[in-house]
Amino acid sequence: MRRGRFTGYWLMLPAVVWLGLFFVIPFLSLLATSLYDPEGSVLTGYDVTYRFANFTDALGEFWQPLWRSLWYAGVATAICLVLGYLLAYAIAFKSGRWRTLLLVLVIAPFFTSFLVRTLSWKLILADDGFIVDALQTVHLMGEDGRLLATPVAVIAGLVYNFLPFMVLPLYASLEKIDGRLIEAAGDLYASPTRGFLKVTLPLSMPGVVAGTLLTFIPAAGDYINARLLGSPNQRMVGNVIQDLFTSTGDYAAAGALSVILMVIIVAMVMVYIRKAGTEELL
Amino acid sequence: MSLAADSSRSLRLTALTKEFSTFTAVKALDLEIPAGKFFALLGPSGCGKTTTLRMVAGLDVPTSGTIHLGDDEITYAKPYRRPVNTVFQNYALFPHLDIHENVAFGLRRRKAKDVDEQVRAMLELVELEGQARKKPPMLSGGQQQRVALARALINRPEVLLLDEPLGALDLKLRRGMQIEIKRIQTEVGLTFVHVTHDQEEAMTMADTIAVMNSGEIEQMGSPAELYENPRTTFVANFLGQSNLIAGTVSNAGSDVVKVDMQGTQVSIPADRAHVTSGPGWVGIRPEKVLIAPEGEPIDAPGNHMQGGVVTDVSFVGVSTQYLVRMPWGQELMSFEQNTGARGIIPRGTAVDVSWRPEFSFLLPASQDVNAGAVEES
Repeated sequence: MRRGRFTGYWLMLPAVVWLGLFFVIPFLSLLATSLYDPEGSVLTGYDVTYRFANFTDALGEFWQPLWRSLWYAGVATAICLVLGYLLAYAIAFKSGRWRTLLLVLVIAPFFTSFLVRTLSWKLILADDGFIVDALQTVHLMGEDGRLLATPVAVIAGLVYNFLPFMVLPLYASLEKIDGRLIEAAGDLYASPTRGFLKVTLPLSMPGVVAGTLLTFIPAAGDYINARLLGSPNQRMVGNVIQDLFTSTGDYAAAGALSVILMVIIVAMVMVYIRKAGTEELL
Repeated sequence: MSLAADSSRSLRLTALTKEFSTFTAVKALDLEIPAGKFFALLGPSGCGKTTTLRMVAGLDVPTSGTIHLGDDEITYAKPYRRPVNTVFQNYALFPHLDIHENVAFGLRRRKAKDVDEQVRAMLELVELEGQARKKPPMLSGGQQQRVALARALINRPEVLLLDEPLGALDLKLRRGMQIEIKRIQTEVGLTFVHVTHDQEEAMTMADTIAVMNSGEIEQMGSPAELYENPRTTFVANFLGQSNLIAGTVSNAGSDVVKVDMQGTQVSIPADRAHVTSGPGWVGIRPEKVLIAPEGEPIDAPGNHMQGGVVTDVSFVGVSTQYLVRMPWGQELMSFEQNTGARGIIPRGTAVDVSWRPEFSFLLPASQDVNAGAVEES
């Protein structure tokens, strides 16, 4: 049988249908929502009026939670990177026969619900919890100081919840590094520190890029941590969007804010990948 | 071009031992490698040669014993603090750096001057000046091998270690690289320590070969010395091939040792007889064994034996390899150059066998006659 010149395209069909149904159509629908007439309501219905001012209105009104989201997600990602790199490095190079067990432990939290895990942080950080007690006992925190309802609590929650997304890609790229390359660096006069900076770290960049993206993107859009561990002062853009959609019924503003968040993240990711220079390593 | 920083320092291993949890890889090894020599550690896989190399490089820590370079002890020095560089098996080139930066790596770590200039000169030496900006995976195996060599050589180490550097190359390329590496060694005059399991490679390249077996050195010497006068059955079988025939010493003189070998009296020069009484193995290399159809003259005065029958003939171009069954049941190997002086002797022919006594050697009967022989597969 002769292979037609369109065979390749036919093979792409399932993926194209999937993307069309679950990405392109919902995205166009969201885009349409962002251009609704803001006067509409659940009762009166909504019309697409191509009102681009929705975007500037949303930015003007909600720039603070938007900025806060990027800021919290950035800090959480940085902390995840440091903790995750140490953990992934230890598992990849130093764990010996404990390797599988440690990897299972990294994934183990996923067996419990995201909500339950975040709620338990509420107990850990509670005003009469042991962490606050301990900090007050050593006078690192005042008598009426608290962790809950502060940025610290929200960022701690984000770090905890997204750490596995950092560890796994980092581990995957560290584990792939040929140990002889590190030996070769030592043989060629690189101290362990130099060898790490010149060989191990550059070779693990694909994992660093993948891990930071997998952490930053969901963290920036997260609303559970701010909702459960924060106060209105820690509202993130996800909380705003959720309120606009479900309580206020302001679909136009909610849609506009969603599109803005998406555009910002895509732009940041593109600049980041360009800067990290890892296209060919990915 | 001379790269040797100080060519008067020899590498000395004293009672060097490496034990792993379940076995001893290297047993009380004593070895002195003079500066500027091309030295080969030859042995089958698992004989401890790579472990020895790794201890010299500082990548493995010895269990006991010492390593000296000249008067300096470097037994426990960190790998990045010793003037020793390694060409790794499979090269271990840095995949994220281009060829130029791979070669510059050691110089940059030591903050050398004129790095780019030196790298260019080194790439010229290994004939890769056109590939400087390519990444390692874009190069062929032979080119990668030369990058690995350049990356180590440019640091002007006192000792350059080569760990099976040609193992990943195909046969033709390997022959070419052997000559190339030997040429570079002569040019730069550094001490090369080459680990290999390929006896032909060791003989082609090295000034001195140490044959290793089970963590110990069996014999050390020039390729010709080891080949012509092996001292153990392992060396006789591992370095080339040997016919080993059971015999008993009948008379040990100061010049020759006479041996009764399956009813024939053979004379072995005293310096090649490593047994002076009792039973032993009479050894003779296959190319020294001459055969001729029964009754025809053979140009080899000495041990003349009759009653052989050709049982196998392999024509391999430059030579013909015969197996001859002797009256005592053993099959002897005989390699004959295809000079065209005579046709190939067909299988089943009755032949006479002979060799010059000065080519034979005598080994202790206590040694395993099959030690070091390539197993038939």
